[in-house]
Amino acid sequence: MAAAWSPRARGGRSLQLALARNSSLSLGACASVVTSHRAGLGLSRRGAGAPLQEGSGESPGSGQSRPGLLTSLRGGGWGISIKSERSLTEMCIQLGEFVLVEGENADQPFVAKLLKLYEDGSQEKHAVVQWFSRITELPLNKRKLLQREVSPQEIFLDKAPGYDTDINVETIIKNVKVIPLAPKEAVPVRSNRKQIFFVKESWDGKCFKPLSPGSLSELKEAEKNKRVGSPSPLTDCQTSDFICSLKAETDRVTRSTVKTKNVQMEIESRHSASKSSLSKERHSQRVANGINTPGARKKLQLNSPTKSRNKLTGCDVLELLGDDCDALEPLEPSATRRKVTFTEILGSPPKISRTNGESDSPLTIRGDWSKLAETVRIAPYRRSQASSLKAKNLDGKDDDTCLAEEQELKTRSPVVIPRSHRKCAQKTTARIAEQLHFLNISEQDREDDYLPSTVCSDSSSSEEEESMVPCTPKRKMRSSTTLSTPKSLRKPSDITPAKTPRKTPEPRTPKTPRNATPRIPIRNQATEKPANVLEEARLRLHVSTIPGSLPCREEAFQDIYNFVESKLIDGTGGCMYISGVPGTGKTATVHEVIRCLQQAAENDELPSFQFIEINGMKLTDPHQAYVQILQLLTGQKVTATHAAELLAKLFSTPGPKRKTTVLIVDELDLLWTRKQDVMYNLFDWPTQKQAKLIILAIANTMDLPERIMMNRVASRLGLTRMSFQPYTYKQLQQIISSRLNHIKAFEEDAIQLVSRKVAALSGDARRCLDICRRSTEICEFSSQKSASGLVSMAHVMKAIDEMFSSPYINSIRNASLHEQMFLKAIIAEFRRSGLEEATVQQIYHQHVALCRIEGLQIPTVSEIMAICSRLGACRFLLLESNNKYLHVRVRLNISQDDVMYALKQE
Amino acid sequence: MSKRKSKETSSVNGECISQVQRILRERFCHQCPNGKLFGVQLQYKHLLELLKRTTIHGESNSALIIGPRGSGKTTLLNHVLKELMEIKQVRENLLQVHLNGLLQTNDKIALKEITRQLQMENVVGDKVFGSFAENLAFLLDALKKGDRDSSCPVLFILDEFDLFVHHKNQTLLYNLFDISQSAQTPVTVIGLTCRQDILELLEKRVKSRFSHRQIYLMNSFDFKQYLRIFKEQLYLPAEFLYKPFIQKWNKNVQSLSEDRTVQDLLQNHFHCSKDLRSLHMLLMLALSSITVSHPFMTGSDLLEASRLCRMDSKANIVHGLSVLEICLIIAMKHLNDVYEGEPFNFQMVYNEFQKFIQRKAHSMYNFEKPVVMKAFEHLLQLELIKPIEGLPVRAQREYLLMKLLLDNNQIMDALQVYPNCPTDVKQWATSSLSWL
Repeated sequence: MAAAWSPRARGGRSLQLALARNSSLSLGACASVVTSHRAGLGLSRRGAGAPLQEGSGESPGSGQSRPGLLTSLRGGGWGISIKSERSLTEMCIQLGEFVLVEGENADQPFVAKLLKLYEDGSQEKHAVVQWFSRITELPLNKRKLLQREVSPQEIFLDKAPGYDTDINVETIIKNVKVIPLAPKEAVPVRSNRKQIFFVKESWDGKCFKPLSPGSLSELKEAEKNKRVGSPSPLTDCQTSDFICSLKAETDRVTRSTVKTKNVQMEIESRHSASKSSLSKERHSQRVANGINTPGARKKLQLNSPTKSRNKLTGCDVLELLGDDCDALEPLEPSATRRKVTFTEILGSPPKISRTNGESDSPLTIRGDWSKLAETVRIAPYRRSQASSLKAKNLDGKDDDTCLAEEQELKTRSPVVIPRSHRKCAQKTTARIAEQLHFLNISEQDREDDYLPSTVCSDSSSSEEEESMVPCTPKRKMRSSTTLSTPKSLRKPSDITPAKTPRKTPEPRTPKTPRNATPRIPIRNQATEKPANVLEEARLRLHVSTIPGSLPCREEAFQDIYNFVESKLIDGTGGCMYISGVPGTGKTATVHEVIRCLQQAAENDELPSFQFIEINGMKLTDPHQAYVQILQLLTGQKVTATHAAELLAKLFSTPGPKRKTTVLIVDELDLLWTRKQDVMYNLFDWPTQKQAKLIILAIANTMDLPERIMMNRVASRLGLTRMSFQPYTYKQLQQIISSRLNHIKAFEEDAIQLVSRKVAALSGDARRCLDICRRSTEICEFSSQKSASGLVSMAHVMKAIDEMFSSPYINSIRNASLHEQMFLKAIIAEFRRSGLEEATVQQIYHQHVALCRIEGLQIPTVSEIMAICSRLGACRFLLLESNNKYLHVRVRLNISQDDVMYALKQE
Repeated sequence: MSKRKSKETSSVNGECISQVQRILRERFCHQCPNGKLFGVQLQYKHLLELLKRTTIHGESNSALIIGPRGSGKTTLLNHVLKELMEIKQVRENLLQVHLNGLLQTNDKIALKEITRQLQMENVVGDKVFGSFAENLAFLLDALKKGDRDSSCPVLFILDEFDLFVHHKNQTLLYNLFDISQSAQTPVTVIGLTCRQDILELLEKRVKSRFSHRQIYLMNSFDFKQYLRIFKEQLYLPAEFLYKPFIQKWNKNVQSLSEDRTVQDLLQNHFHCSKDLRSLHMLLMLALSSITVSHPFMTGSDLLEASRLCRMDSKANIVHGLSVLEICLIIAMKHLNDVYEGEPFNFQMVYNEFQKFIQRKAHSMYNFEKPVVMKAFEHLLQLELIKPIEGLPVRAQREYLLMKLLLDNNQIMDALQVYPNCPTDVKQWATSSLSWL
């Protein structure tokens, strides 16, 4: 067996393993479902003959080794067993158990209860589940209804309609423990490992209710069943002939881990991270489906340092290690395999709830130890055990790391870890412990025996960590990995949990604080309320004031609403392109639609949906769109390329319980890139069945799709278009009046004048409102004189003049005499030469002549140059930008007629 | 005794004079808000009201202050801000961000500067880290979170606004204007520029979001007001330490302004440029001639200052040339006359010079060609001549095409004042045919 392993590339490993499983299947009469990216899924009844062969055929070379994926009927019920490719472990899940189901956020898989399993005609395996919701999945505004703090471990029986309870079996990650609590019971705080959830209340989409006695007992029943049936974690390993004392010690390791966990408070985030490690593994698997090379997959992990740092699981580390230390491979899985097989032969219900998280480590470690005992026999047990203990405490909670470390130790123990090293490490840590004594009294109290290492893990000071680092086995592992791995591997190993304890920003290094909240200081004094009618009107006329309804866009509103509503009801996706010149209410209308839809969704008239928005102008680069979308969807912060991959994966895979997403893409034209990949992806996602993505794209030009988009992009955008016409004067008038809302601040004629003027110029509602606002100001200043106190035609006229009149004529009239003369000279020169361009020298001669006529002092050339550059700075003239002095060519930036008109008046 | 006394008064005088110079120089050089504003009362009121509304009512706004260079845009803004800061409510609430298009040459730098000046939470010490995208998202988030009633209003002042227009996509301007038009943190964006066509430079979406408030500064005063400004700028303030001196000084200023020659001088100056900065320049030069022994400004001081201001820089260079170099310039002038401004090369100039030498050999030493070449190159270095662009530079030095950067008038004027100019050369300058 071992021989078969070694020469294999990593990718083939799972197949080998699966083969092994198959052989054991006949023995154990237990079927299993292996989920992995190259394994299919099978469902069959026991005794129904040969197991269903469902290999996906990706690896023809290993055809004979296709895994059989089975679901066995045992004890009168269906069950599935899930095996992960990488964790090398498996678990069986029976009906009535609670499971984690992949969601869009890898950190937060959905919780559900398995109700039914079936297989449809197309050989796809389905499961019917009862959903449970985490508090984070509930709408924000509804969370308040609870009126209490909700522990992250608490979940709610989800009775809200609208979620698909039929899921694909592939999306099940693993089983979890859910403990029902009576309404009075409090949720135990952090008392348990994070694998456990508590359910206390149900949620029906509108309000929370305590669990009905019926469902409570039902849940309790399920829980009880499970408890009775589940084997104690250690009973299933008798066959391994390792030393008893070692076992006991391992056991202690486990316990100590648990203890450390319970004590340490700051590790919660990491808890949740490792909890979902399997789901993350799936995540990366999915991504890797697209990019089959292991290198690419690793690159992905490396691309999301913030995430993977926390969640790099033992199996991941293992795998990474596996790449370089091949010697390790044949040994390790066989040990694991043996164990699993026995579990099943014993006939105990397959309910080992541990997969590859911390609960897994004792077993694996044991396997390792046995390996050690059998094959290596070099490193004394006690020593490596001590180191493992230490390592465990070092990272506090990430048993995964410990696992990895064990691996490392095992493979390298013959060579590495001279005793002195360890001693010095302990010394250092002890010293650090002393230093940090004051800070950690409480912790020390509780776990005296592990004190030094715990303190280490808690210490966030980079300096101290640095001093300690060279000695810790962990660092050793890292460095050795780095040395021996190809380049692509370096980063992931850098991200090993060894780094995780250092979460808080180090005081010395000037780094941007991670937790900086974007905010503007609060003002000291409150704003003043509008004191008079004009101020009130001005407030209402400000563009930022969101009106209760948008007049004059009812039709557009209805169209967009219908479009989105129909897609929401159908649960499909689609694109709509909205165009119109600036200030015609595109964005406002779309936002209004979303508001109404959200309202409707809240009232249960529509399925709820997620609304996100990006704006091309608010991105520094088109590719940043991915980053923003992903961040708005899941809160992850990753690089653009990684985000694109994650989004593609998200939208292309079936997500149970996924809400429809409504995405507004404002200023679409700025997402243009030469390859148009951003646009292509944006419009491609909605076409996928599972995506449930509705895109409302907004831009200025009607023919944008035809003008700048490639055919394939335009085709995906579809033909659902809508264009917003500029407002007519009547509409503008209506907009102003509706905003003013019966405040008598304007004369009717004044409003009409504004509307007509703006409609004639641009039809831009913003302009219209700005003019009105300015008119109120003008009116206020001159109100002492005018009788009515209303904004009149004159005021509006003045405001319009201010905004639209060309400044040129007025500025020319206010220019100095020689500046005017220079302009005259230019025109004279143009007339003389018949060209629209002249050099300063030529104009200078004209200027001198003019001065002689007028009897003025003749300016020097320096003065003429100064005049010329002054006029150029104001852009009356266009000047060549070089230092040719007298030979600079000059052009007029305004029409000659304007200049003549301006100068003639004098 | 009397000697000591006189010494004492003179020392007081010295102290006094340096005080005068300090006060006036500060007034002329800084755009300090202590000075007076002239002819911009309307604009002042408009801007003040605008900023008051932002700070007190939390109303978002945007405005551009447009005016030619030296028309007092920054001074106006400084005055308004100074008055604004005297209101307690404003002083405690207003956040200011000053940007300059010449310093923040792209949006990335500008964003970092904004973040720094707002002292947001991602500022470490005095530096801002993180990528452009992160910073933008952070800033926008921050501004989005605020609202009209509770957040501090932010005043963005963009000096040299026209340079921000050339940033990629006008991202910064779009976002600033967009915030000013949406229900977020109240902001007011004030741009200062001298370009009259600034609105045409704004992208249509940016333009639509801009409120179109334009405050024009035009220097719209006539000569009478200019004269008054002249007086106001020279008057000593009442709080000046040496009281008896104030009266004398101010009286002198008054009489200066009534002097005919001074008025003529100022009139000429006014005709040339109306901006106050050039007036300040003139007064600055005149002020520097004030000493203890010459404590009051006179008409001749101003005259001298005016002469310095109006001086033709290129013609000044000609004054310092050697006779040979002058001869070369005259040769070039003749070439320009003959060929109507077409470019010439050294060989042509040399030939022209040779012609002159041959006629008037007695008055002019016949220089070797390399020496003439050296003189020619000196002229090139002084940028009195300039090689024309777009031609291969590899041509032989003698045949590089050049253009003369002096006008005939300048050459003749310079020759008039050139010391010890040989008469033959002068004659040659007036006519290329003078040897006939």
